[in-house]
Amino acid sequence: MNKTRFTRLLLPPLIPLAAITLLAEVAVRCGWVHSFLIPAPTNVIASIFRDWQDLGRAIVETGFASITGFAFSTIIGIAIAVTLSSSVWMQRAFYPYAVFFQTVPIIAVAPLLVIWVGWNWTVATSAFIVSIFPVIANTLTGLLSTDPALRDLFKLYGANAPATLLKLRLPFALPNILTGLRIAAGLAVIGAIVGEFITGAGIGGVIQVSSQQQRVDKVFAGLLLASLLGIGLFTLINLISRMALRNWHASESAT
Amino acid sequence: MQVLNQVNSKTGGIAVDMQAVRREFQGGVVAVDGLNLHVASGEFLSVLGPSGCGKSTLLRMIAGLDQPTSGTVQISSQKGRVAFVFQDAHLLPWRNVLTNVALPLELMGVPPIERFESARDAIEQVGLADAINRYPGQLSGGMRMRASLARALITNPDLLLLDEPFAALDEITRQQLDEQLYDLWQSRGMTVIFVTHSTIEAAYLAQRAIVMSRRPGRIVLDHRLDLPSNRDANLRMETGFAGQMRVLFDALDRQGIGQ
Repeated sequence: MNKTRFTRLLLPPLIPLAAITLLAEVAVRCGWVHSFLIPAPTNVIASIFRDWQDLGRAIVETGFASITGFAFSTIIGIAIAVTLSSSVWMQRAFYPYAVFFQTVPIIAVAPLLVIWVGWNWTVATSAFIVSIFPVIANTLTGLLSTDPALRDLFKLYGANAPATLLKLRLPFALPNILTGLRIAAGLAVIGAIVGEFITGAGIGGVIQVSSQQQRVDKVFAGLLLASLLGIGLFTLINLISRMALRNWHASESAT
Repeated sequence: MQVLNQVNSKTGGIAVDMQAVRREFQGGVVAVDGLNLHVASGEFLSVLGPSGCGKSTLLRMIAGLDQPTSGTVQISSQKGRVAFVFQDAHLLPWRNVLTNVALPLELMGVPPIERFESARDAIEQVGLADAINRYPGQLSGGMRMRASLARALITNPDLLLLDEPFAALDEITRQQLDEQLYDLWQSRGMTVIFVTHSTIEAAYLAQRAIVMSRRPGRIVLDHRLDLPSNRDANLRMETGFAGQMRVLFDALDRQGIGQ
C-alpha cells in the first residue's frame, strides 16, 4: 500500500477512532467515569490477552455459527428469490410471509429453537433467520429488473428457463445479491450472538457471564471481537463483490 | 472465402405477411389496428412514424415476441433465422465483445470453437476487431452498437429487424453504420425491416418506406423509393434524394410531427 492510498482511505476513519479511544482512556484515568461503567481501552486490550483462552474459543464458536447461518441464508435466500421471481402469483402468495418472517423478534423465538433444532444448531439457525430476509429481498429486486430487451433476445434464440436464469437473470441480479449479502453478513453475527444468549455458547455467552461478574472490560473485549468478526465478513463480501463486478458495474469500476 | 460462400448459399430472406393486425394492450391501449403489410423476400423496408405509434410493437410481433390480439402475422419460413437489433446496444455488461457477439450461437448450442470463429468474423465485418476483448463499459456508444449489430449478424439471419438502432449516435457514426448496414444487406440478401425516426436514414437505406399514423398505428403511406440501387454518401446531397425525402416528410408532417 502506498502512502497516498493510506492517507486517502485509511487515515480518515482512524482519526475519530483514536480521538474517542483517547477520550475514554483519559475519562477513566481521571476518574470522570467509573471503570465499572466504561472500561479503559487499555484494560479492554489487556483483557483480550488475559482472557484469550475464553475469548478465543468463544469467537471461533461465534464465527463458525455466523458463517454457517450466513451460508444457509445465501443459498436458501437466493433459491427462494428465484422461486418467487418465477411468477406474480408466487410473489403474492409467499412474499408477505417472507416479510412477516423478518419481523419475528428473534430473541423471543430463540428458546423455541433450542427445542426444535437442539443446542448445537440453535445459534446458527438464529443467525440464519435474522440474515435471510435481506438476501431474499435484494435478490428478488435484482431478478425482477432484468433488461426486457435482453429477455426478448434470449427468447428469440430459444434459450430455455435454466439458461436464461444462469446466463442472464442471475448475473444481472449480482450487484443486488451482493448488496443483500453485505447486509446479511452483519446481521448473521448479531443473530448468532442473540442465539448464544440462550445457549450460553460463544461470545454471547461470554458477554452474559462477564456482565454478571461485573467484568465490564471483558464484556467490551467480547463486543470488540464480535464487531471485528462482522467487519471481517463484510470485508470479505466487499472483496468478492469487487472481483466479480470489476469489469462491468459502475459501483466497482470507479476506483 | 467464407463470406462469399454465405452469400451464395442465401435463398433471399424471409417474407413477412400481416393481415388485419390489431394489438391491444391491457388497459385498453391499442398500439396497432387494421394493419396490412407485405414485405417481400430480400426487401429493405423502412418504417417511419410518430413516437408511440406501435412501430416497436410491429417489430416484436414479426419476431414472434408478441402476439396480435386479432389478425395474422406470418413469416415465409419457420426455419429461417430472425435477428433483432434494439434501440440501445443491450450487451451483457459482464461479457467482453467476443462472448457478447457469440451469445446467440451459444444459446443455440453451437460449440465454443465454432461460435468464437463466427464471432470473430462478424466482429471483423463491423470493424470492431481491435476491441474484441473489451467490455461494453469500455466502449463508445458507436462501438457498442457495432457489437450489437455483429451479434445480430452472427446467425446469418434471413430477416433482420432493427428498432431505431442508431438513434442515440452522433451524425458521423450514424452515417458510417448506415452505410455498413446497406453494404451488409446488399452482400447478404436478407430481408431488413428498419424502424427509424429519421427521414434521411429511411430514404437513404430502403427500397420502400412506410409511414404509420398516430396510435392506433396504421399505414398512411406506402412508398417505393425512386433511387438508384447503388448508393453512397453523396446520394444524400442530390436533388432526387431530397424529393424522395420530401414525400416521407410530408406524410409524417400530416401526422402532426414536423421534424
